[in-house]
This record gives sequence, C-alpha cells and structure tokens, in this order.
Amino acid sequence: MATTTLRALRARACAAASFAALVGVATAADYVQVPAGTLASVIASDPASGPVPIDAFAMRTTPVTKGEFRRFVEASPEWQRGRIAGTFADAGYLHDWRSAIVVGDPQAEDQPVVNVSWFAAEAYCEGEDGRLPTWVEWEYVAAADATRRDARADPAWRARILGWYSTSARAVLPAVGGDADVYGVRDVHGVVWEWVDDFNALLVDGDSRSGNDPDQLKFCGAGAINLQDRENYAVLMRIALLSSLNASDSTTSLGFRCVRPLAKEVK
Amino acid sequence: MTTKPVLPSVCARLAAAILVAAATGPVTAAPTPPATSVAALPSDSIYQLPVVLTGQDGKSATLVARRGAPVLVSMFYSSCKFVCPMLIETIRDIETKLSAEEREHLTVLLVSIDPAHDSVEVLQRTVVERHIDGARWTLARTDAASVRKLAAVLGIQYRALPDGEFNHTTAVILVDADGRISARTTRLGDADPAFVKRVKSQLVAARH
Repeated sequence: MATTTLRALRARACAAASFAALVGVATAADYVQVPAGTLASVIASDPASGPVPIDAFAMRTTPVTKGEFRRFVEASPEWQRGRIAGTFADAGYLHDWRSAIVVGDPQAEDQPVVNVSWFAAEAYCEGEDGRLPTWVEWEYVAAADATRRDARADPAWRARILGWYSTSARAVLPAVGGDADVYGVRDVHGVVWEWVDDFNALLVDGDSRSGNDPDQLKFCGAGAINLQDRENYAVLMRIALLSSLNASDSTTSLGFRCVRPLAKEVK
Repeated sequence: MTTKPVLPSVCARLAAAILVAAATGPVTAAPTPPATSVAALPSDSIYQLPVVLTGQDGKSATLVARRGAPVLVSMFYSSCKFVCPMLIETIRDIETKLSAEEREHLTVLLVSIDPAHDSVEVLQRTVVERHIDGARWTLARTDAASVRKLAAVLGIQYRALPDGEFNHTTAVILVDADGRISARTTRLGDADPAFVKRVKSQLVAARH
C-alpha cells in the first residue's frame, strides 16, 4: 500500500463512484409499498375461515443480488463462506462464489444471490432493518401480474408460471430487474425461488387431539393446515420445496428478498 | 403486546453483547469456561445463536450461558390445553428415570412460541400451576424473531392459528454441554428409553 500513488487512489475512488452510479438503485435497496388487503391463501388453517387479512408492508422490488450480499459479508465476516457456523449454513453455502468475498464475473454481481441459508437471509434483512416476508405476504404479492393484484384465476397466468417451473434450471441466472408487477415488484416468478420467514411452518399438519397413538400427538393446537386451492400447482410447488428445507440448507435456485413492516392499521 | 421497538441491528448486536457480558459475569455461577467461549463453541452448536431468553423469574440470559451441562430443550405455549401439559409430564417422566444425583445436573428449558401472550407473569403462573421445579426448569420467552430462529435451529415447526392456538411439533431435544443436539424424541407420555439412555450418557460426559 505504501507505493500507492495519489493517482492510483484517485482512479480507485473514481472507479468506485462509477460503479455506484452504474448500479444505481441497487446500492440503496429499493422498497415499494404493498397496500393492505386480504388473500385467499392456498394454505389455510381452517377451511371455514375466509381470506387472510394482510397488513400493508414494504417489499424490496428485486431479490437481493450477489453484489449486495457480497457487501454484506464484507461488513459482517461471520457470514462469510468458510467462517459461518455450521448451525447456520450447510457446506453448499455460497459455493458458487470465487472466494469468500469475491463473487466472480462482474456481471454476476447483479444476479440474485442463491446458495444462501435461511439464517443468512434473515441476517441480511435485519441489516436493512427488515425481515423475510411471511409466506402469506409473499403469496399475496406473487398473486399479482402487471395489471391485477390477484391474477391467479387467469389460466394464462398459471400457464406462464408453470412454464418456468417446467424448464430446467438455467446455468447462468439473469440479472435482477425483470418486468414490474402491479406493485412495482420484480422477479417474483421466473428467476429464483425465495425464502420466507415462516418456511418451517407451512405444512404443519394433523390434529393433535385426535387419536391416542403417541406418534400422532406431534402437534399442539387445533386444526390441520389444509390446501385450499389444489389447482394452483405453481404455488404449491413452492410450499413443497420450502417445507422440505432446513434453515441451514442452501440450494442453487433459492434466493430471497426482504420486507419492512409499515405502521399497523388500527383494527 | 410486548413487542420490542425495532432497533438498528448494530444497536441490537451491542445490546446482545452487553447481555452476553452480563450473563458471563459473576451472576451466573454455572461452571462455564471463562469469557471467549463463543469463539470456541463447536460450529454446529445451537449456542451459536445469539438469543436472549427471559425466564419465569424475570431474569434474562443468553442461550450460551447454559453451556457446561446437558439441557433438555423444547418449545411450548402456556395457553395450550392438551399437548403442552403432556410435554411437561413427558419431561417429568424422563426425569423419574434418572437418579437424584443425575437429575441435579440436568436443567430443562422450555421456550414459548407465543411471546405476545406468554409474559413473565404468565410463565411464572404456569410454573406454579403445573408444580414445576423452578430451580432446574426455566420457562422462557424471547422476541418473535428469536423464537423463529430458535425453532429453526431445533428443527421445530410452529404456526399461529386464527383462534390464538398454535400448531407445533412437540419434540424434546437433548443438547450436550456444548449445545450440540445429541438426541430428540417426539414420543409423548412414557419416556422414550433410548432417549433416557442418551440423557444419562451426556450427564456422564459432561462431568469428565
């Protein structure tokens, strides 16, 4: 470093500035407000209980990118590959990166980060004063298309999403920033799957009060989770994937985005 | 509601650090190795999780403050009418299979999945109503985000239901002196003999 000339320093500062300018919005995470409403979720705890009320929240317009996550692990080394505790991540954690703090090709910086555990995703969101969305928050947003807040009944909507699921995973992920939905949220479908805060609560099933077999008494509380909309395969596949995961797991097609709560409405 | 104000994460981390310092101070007489213990923890220890738990006595301590002896850990909620009382009875039954001396070295930690309702007062009431030995058993609460993380490290699923009840997996988890998950049982009622055996062997291991 002693040999670093003023000119080199200036060049570096300039490069950093132009990098920030190029990345633009992505450097300061962009959130949009999602208004309160109700959701007829594909999962419900009680078939008789109607749609789930959803409070307003703010959601990241794009999934967290590799570049954003790199800056996070640079600032918080305990989340770097090789340093992270085994409790919080499996061996596949960020394995696609060139090193603990280098993603790889410059264009990869704008791809959604994948191979992240739920713990790491939660920690990242806390750093943005947010959290992972709950399943119903994610599903609420995922029901939208470019013009409608709930496009799920449209066969064309379902076909388009199923089309993505039926194609094999891409070797190279596209950069974030696809078409915006009615809220201004992008890349909910078609790029990566996303962690949700309550990923480990989606298929809790069985009524603990029925039967006397001790093995049946695994769950406390009343009622089973029922699948309400068996036609919505695209969303059900998400639930199946998320339910199969442990919080330390990482997979090559699973990323995340964060939400921030807004002031609660008076009920 | 006992929702905590949202702190910037740095503040939260600082607060946690202060609490860690407090918990490793002279107040806790547990035979934990001095200070720096976090760094020396096994990578797969649940004590890697920097959560702070408040017990029925109103005292707060980090999870890692339990390091040094095996612990039976589970999650519950006080208003649960059926399985949670069974969970308590199950742990009691496990303890009846231990000698008085073995029991003395085993602690029990039950963390509420319902922090909105399970205040310290409610936890204390549950201890009294269920005739729980408050010296060795801790019924604890923490913030909602920490509940989700703790459930995740323990492999426990839970889901709030519209009527205020919760669906959750009922498992008793044995963690060793360093916080590694050593065994788990989902058997309720009579103690699972294989599980009891593991408890005994961890109690022996912790004293060597």
